[in-house]
Amino acid sequence: MFGRKARLERQQRERQADEQAMLACLPRLRRYARALTGEREGADDLVQDTLERAWQKRDSWKRGTDMRPWLFAIMHNLHADQRRKPVLNTVELELEQAQTVAAPVPATDQGLALDLEAALQALPAEQREVLLLVVLEEMRYEDVAVTLGIPTGTVMSRLSRARERLRHAMDGAGGPGALGSAGSTLKVVK
Amino acid sequence: MKTPAISEEELHAYADGQLPASRAGEIAAWLEQDPAHAAELQQVRAWRAQNRALHAHYDPVLEEALPPRLAAAVLAGGEEYRRRDQGAAAHAANSALWWRYAAMLLLTLAGGLGGWYLRDLSAGGNARTVVASAPVMLARQAAVAHTVFSADLRRPVEVGADQEQALVTWLSRRLGANVRAPKLAPLGYDLIGGRLLPGQSGPVAQFMYQDAAGQRLTLYVSHDQVQNHETGFRFAQEGRVNVFYWIDGQFGYALSGSLARPELSRIASSVYEQLAPVAATPAPAPAAPN
Repeated sequence: MFGRKARLERQQRERQADEQAMLACLPRLRRYARALTGEREGADDLVQDTLERAWQKRDSWKRGTDMRPWLFAIMHNLHADQRRKPVLNTVELELEQAQTVAAPVPATDQGLALDLEAALQALPAEQREVLLLVVLEEMRYEDVAVTLGIPTGTVMSRLSRARERLRHAMDGAGGPGALGSAGSTLKVVK
Repeated sequence: MKTPAISEEELHAYADGQLPASRAGEIAAWLEQDPAHAAELQQVRAWRAQNRALHAHYDPVLEEALPPRLAAAVLAGGEEYRRRDQGAAAHAANSALWWRYAAMLLLTLAGGLGGWYLRDLSAGGNARTVVASAPVMLARQAAVAHTVFSADLRRPVEVGADQEQALVTWLSRRLGANVRAPKLAPLGYDLIGGRLLPGQSGPVAQFMYQDAAGQRLTLYVSHDQVQNHETGFRFAQEGRVNVFYWIDGQFGYALSGSLARPELSRIASSVYEQLAPVAATPAPAPAAPN
């Protein structure tokens, strides 16, 4: 009996710790999903799916390690699955959505912000993921590689291409000062 | 000056702040001290400008109120595991779940406030282990519900005041007793609507009011008080939320708001008078304001 009680207490502590860790990650999961999908409700759907999948796969998380990369990896896999499925275009007419206000755009320049959003969505999803994990999540390149399940070299080449394309899109095609192709090595200096 | 080879990878790492300080310093010098490296410098600046633009555009998402369905998804998963761990038959945990959700939300949004909830309500995974007396629980629950829903800009109420009659009818039917929304307009607070919430052992109603400045008040009405006696006004404070509460037979009432105690007391007196049974005794003297 004593063993059972101790086990239940440990399980409870672990559950609570896991809930806390997930809740702590929620704002960042939402930010990433919003930027990744470019829409509000769809992004929260993706976050919700991620949380549900995370509980299902809870045993695959190594207790004591940072939960964030694990959650982002789950989200990445779900998003990749979604992209592979053909999507039927639907329009939901809900009062709540009609009243939804998108993420407040900083007062600086609405037009520029919209350009940024459009340019980001125009990137191939593989490049967008890398860019967002590096820039918004400020993940180290090695962690991005683990999260996405790709080699670090691929992270770097996707990052490079994403930045280049984003810059072109924002500047107008063929902006000045663009460097050579992705992954090229700059000159060696003495 | 000797500067080792600089690859494009390293320039990215430099722009992203992923290099050790010593190496970053070398690259900064290499970029800025030789006009021949102007193109690279410009590129690094462009990347950093992109980084800033992305943060400026998407960081506001971090500040948004969490959609209840997402916090609920976290706790529903935990609840599922609790049942599995305990091998217990699934029993209705709706209200316990809601309170844990509310407590979690408070922890994440308000810090500090609500810490006792997690401790009390999660311990043993069962709300019934709480030792606080029923009236005190009423005040705490009301304060949590106030904090959660008065901060909800998109959907503070389920049914708006434009359908007040339908709202009152609905809530009365669900609570199994006649509830009324007191009129607080003379005191500057208009009804904006109400919602139904899970309480300790049955549904509870929450009416929400708002003044011209957007200050919100909530009146929490339960009909599951079992001790069956009356209390005078009591006052509680949970974080920034002040609460006046009282028990009247099976009804428990709690008026919550981030108002100064004297003003809240004045409004609570009016609520009490309006809701007291017809043969009511005069309102008990509110706890001395000041």
